[in-house]
Amino acid sequence: MTVAMIKTTYREAMRAALREALQRDPRVFLMGEDVGRYGGSYAVSMGLLAEFGEERIRDTPLSESAFVGAGIGAALAGMRPIVEVMTVNFSLLALDQILNNAATIRHMSGGQFSIPLVIRMATGGGRQLAAQAAKAGAPPKPGDWQSQMRKAIAAAMAKSKREIPHYYLGTEIEMTRALAWLERENTQRPVTARMLYAVLLIKAVALALREVPELNGFWIDGAFQPGPGIHVGMAVAMRGGGLVAPAIHDADRKSLVQLMDDLRDLITRVRSGRLKSSEMADPTITLTSLGDLGVETVYGVIYPPQVALIGFGRISERAWVENGVVACRRAVTASLAADHRTSDGHRGALFLAAVNRLLQEPEQLQ
Amino acid sequence: MTARTREDIRALVIDTLAAIAPEVDFATIAPAKPLREQVDIDSFDFLNAVIRLHEKLGVDIPEADYGQLATLDGTVDYLVKKCSSAV
Repeated sequence: MTVAMIKTTYREAMRAALREALQRDPRVFLMGEDVGRYGGSYAVSMGLLAEFGEERIRDTPLSESAFVGAGIGAALAGMRPIVEVMTVNFSLLALDQILNNAATIRHMSGGQFSIPLVIRMATGGGRQLAAQAAKAGAPPKPGDWQSQMRKAIAAAMAKSKREIPHYYLGTEIEMTRALAWLERENTQRPVTARMLYAVLLIKAVALALREVPELNGFWIDGAFQPGPGIHVGMAVAMRGGGLVAPAIHDADRKSLVQLMDDLRDLITRVRSGRLKSSEMADPTITLTSLGDLGVETVYGVIYPPQVALIGFGRISERAWVENGVVACRRAVTASLAADHRTSDGHRGALFLAAVNRLLQEPEQLQ
Repeated sequence: MTARTREDIRALVIDTLAAIAPEVDFATIAPAKPLREQVDIDSFDFLNAVIRLHEKLGVDIPEADYGQLATLDGTVDYLVKKCSSAV
């Protein structure tokens, strides 16, 4: 099958769709304010009057409730009306018809009458045409989700800083063996199955949490509740700002290959906006790896009601002293931000030591 | 097999990156400067770019060669060389 790509405007695409519907089915007609002689809102129906005639392209008075109601009646009588409400905020003037008739007649008639009706409502780019009708709310603007997300992050982080007595620990972890092992693994894999070093970090963190379980879970109503599993929330940045940390479930029980599949799936869905809300609520700890940006150390803010966040900075070559000899080694700084209400520095240190130990035996992490 | 010109490959690299970072105007990219300083891509985006280039050009891009893909010019040079030796 070949798919031809055409470049067009939204206006022209809408007009083509209307024309197609009008041509295909003689029961289809268009009505609304100025859809005929004037050419319609944003000139979408320009030319259709000449093409299809007055019977099928009908100008109506300024009376949203009346002509939406007439459209409902026409649909009940067997027509296929397309009713245009000039801008979306005017739809509230026809609220009674839309909610109490169009949306309910099928249900009220026990399924005997359907309303095959299209109500087309135009809106602009969000910078105008907001609240012209008395009760209209502003239409959602592109970019609104970003300010919503910023507010959500701000609320959660303010709560965290206000309520959680954080303590911070950090340690340098030598990554030479882990990276050499991973590079060897990756040369044997097709490019589509290559693993990122982040999966080693996820697995090591998940296994270390088995040893220090008081970092894995929630602080709720003045008490620690252990997590129902080890669900690692991976902090993933979104294009254009904001971040989310959806769960990789049961990370301690998954192979590196499974973790890579999960990670790929999560990041892809984060960036295409297709996350399930349960994935956002499930994590029992958060892991953030900011190494791609070149930072050395993460000073984490815990995401409540979680009780810990582990951060990894950039992997870089460092002067490493071993047995009195300076060598060049690749290393990463791991840091822990943890809640003093559930653990203390000693347990936190044991956790980081376990992460370090696990990363020195990468073949055991598989 | 149709030979790909340097311009074809350059356009393909830009298309691939544009699909990942749609906010970037690639006309403003300095071709000899590191891409990571000019385009907000992380290791996951980079791996995806390598996968797509592999799929479109049929060349193998081992991890050990990633260093040669640091700039736009470097990436194009590398792929031109790879494509000509693959035929």
